[in-house]
Amino acid sequence: MTINETQDAIIEEFQEFEDWMDKYQLLIDTGNSLEPIAEQYKQTQYLIEGCQSRVWLHADYVGGKVIFKAESDAVIVKGIVMLLIQVLSDRTPQEILDADLYFINTIGLKDHLSPTRANGLVSMVRQIRNYALAYKLKEN
Amino acid sequence: MEDFIKDIRAEFPILSTKVYGKELVYFDNGATTQKPRRVVEKIECGYYTTNSNIHRGVHYLSQRATEAHENARERVRRFLNAAQATEIVFTRGTTEAINLVAFSFGEAYCHQGDEILISVMEHHSNIVPWQMLCERKKMTLKVIPMNDQGELLQDEFQALLTPKVKLVAITHVSNVLGTVNPVGEMIRKAHAAGIPVLVDGAQSVPHLKVDVQALDADFYAFSAHKIYGPVGMGVLYGKAHFLNNMPPYQGGGEMIDQVHFEKTTFNVLPYKFEAGTPDFIGSTALAEALDFVDEIGLDRIANYEHRLLEYATEEMKKIDGMRFVGTAVDKSAVLSFLLGSIHPFDAGTLLDHLGIAVRTGHHCAQPLIDRLGIDGTVRASFAIYNTPEEVDLMVKALLRIKDMF
Repeated sequence: MTINETQDAIIEEFQEFEDWMDKYQLLIDTGNSLEPIAEQYKQTQYLIEGCQSRVWLHADYVGGKVIFKAESDAVIVKGIVMLLIQVLSDRTPQEILDADLYFINTIGLKDHLSPTRANGLVSMVRQIRNYALAYKLKEN
Repeated sequence: MEDFIKDIRAEFPILSTKVYGKELVYFDNGATTQKPRRVVEKIECGYYTTNSNIHRGVHYLSQRATEAHENARERVRRFLNAAQATEIVFTRGTTEAINLVAFSFGEAYCHQGDEILISVMEHHSNIVPWQMLCERKKMTLKVIPMNDQGELLQDEFQALLTPKVKLVAITHVSNVLGTVNPVGEMIRKAHAAGIPVLVDGAQSVPHLKVDVQALDADFYAFSAHKIYGPVGMGVLYGKAHFLNNMPPYQGGGEMIDQVHFEKTTFNVLPYKFEAGTPDFIGSTALAEALDFVDEIGLDRIANYEHRLLEYATEEMKKIDGMRFVGTAVDKSAVLSFLLGSIHPFDAGTLLDHLGIAVRTGHHCAQPLIDRLGIDGTVRASFAIYNTPEEVDLMVKALLRIKDMF
């Protein structure tokens, strides 16, 4: 699936629910399905600033694609990270840099998470883009 | 719900707000309290009827505004039972009050090698100003430890009161644990060793009667917005002889006596510490908030909130996996907790969507959270307008949330 097809699939899944508590349940279930990150990546250097909970993000560059692994100690945050990974992991740096992440607004994540929490989300996206940019520059 | 609480709630329009279509349950009073109508009306009335810069104006409005501002100072004096109104300095809040003392007391009384003694349960506002002073003067910050219930270790405190200590700065009530520290007894011990004491009263004045003379506190600071008053207004009480010996904190208008390019002399207390145009509307709104509190009566407030805290503790105890953080014998209206392995952020986010406003995280007391060996807590903090029915709603919400994980 392309980045946009994955986004559309996520949007469809979330639109099945009207009540935000159900959407949160979906985020929690998604978060719980996230494979735990290896202990070696739970280090300060992989920690993303700006979140109320701790988020670790690690990237690998394999065969021209960036593979992201992430974890958080808060399950809802883990669910959000998982969505970002579904959309942006296993893509080329250029695809990541060109991505328009409209699913965040469409499913209401940004509106429903207060600014401090959204800042965490913004930091996560920024960090993912930074990795992509770094790999792209390395390639060139 | 008791009748008198029903009447009090009617004074707070915001309490009938709906969030996400649900009744608002506001349990974030430790961060800031809501405002009764009369406080907001006082602000409106001030701007509509007496607004004019104070102290140096010869005209009618300026005199009325000055009078209202100085009456507010007298009102605060009476509230704290300070000996004189000149010992009441208006600040922007507790944080600024503590920074003022850390700077000005530090300049007058502290030297290289001296120590400041704080406790492990301080808010960042009662840690960082002292760290800055210690950095500036090459001094050392010492910390009073606590037990696992969240009570300061009094023997350790006594042992830390060495001649090197120039000031003890402790909170009256912990914003995370709710512990009411025995500040009266601690002040006596510090004074016996010849050491003055600053008390951070941000979390105490809305909940218990404070008498600075009975406590014999040398400095006492609090914020208006945590006691039903306006934001951006706070109070520093200081004993006159300390304040007189301390240099000004900021320079500007009102704090001066004579200004010449060669030399400036400073105004008398408390104006020496009030540079620039003070919030003369905020001060009158604070006085109105203190009237509101005193008309109910702090003893009655303390009694009611204590019963509410006990009820909440009993009801929440029934939830499987509930762990309270802070179980001191003497506690104020704060309930910090963790539910099973649910992260405070998750619990707080879901509570929010069920209409319940709590605070989550380290509550600006990171060293305390580190000492407890946790990542943070969920904190419900109560005020006079909260009810057992609201506690029931939170318990019901927590049971629902528990099932989601």
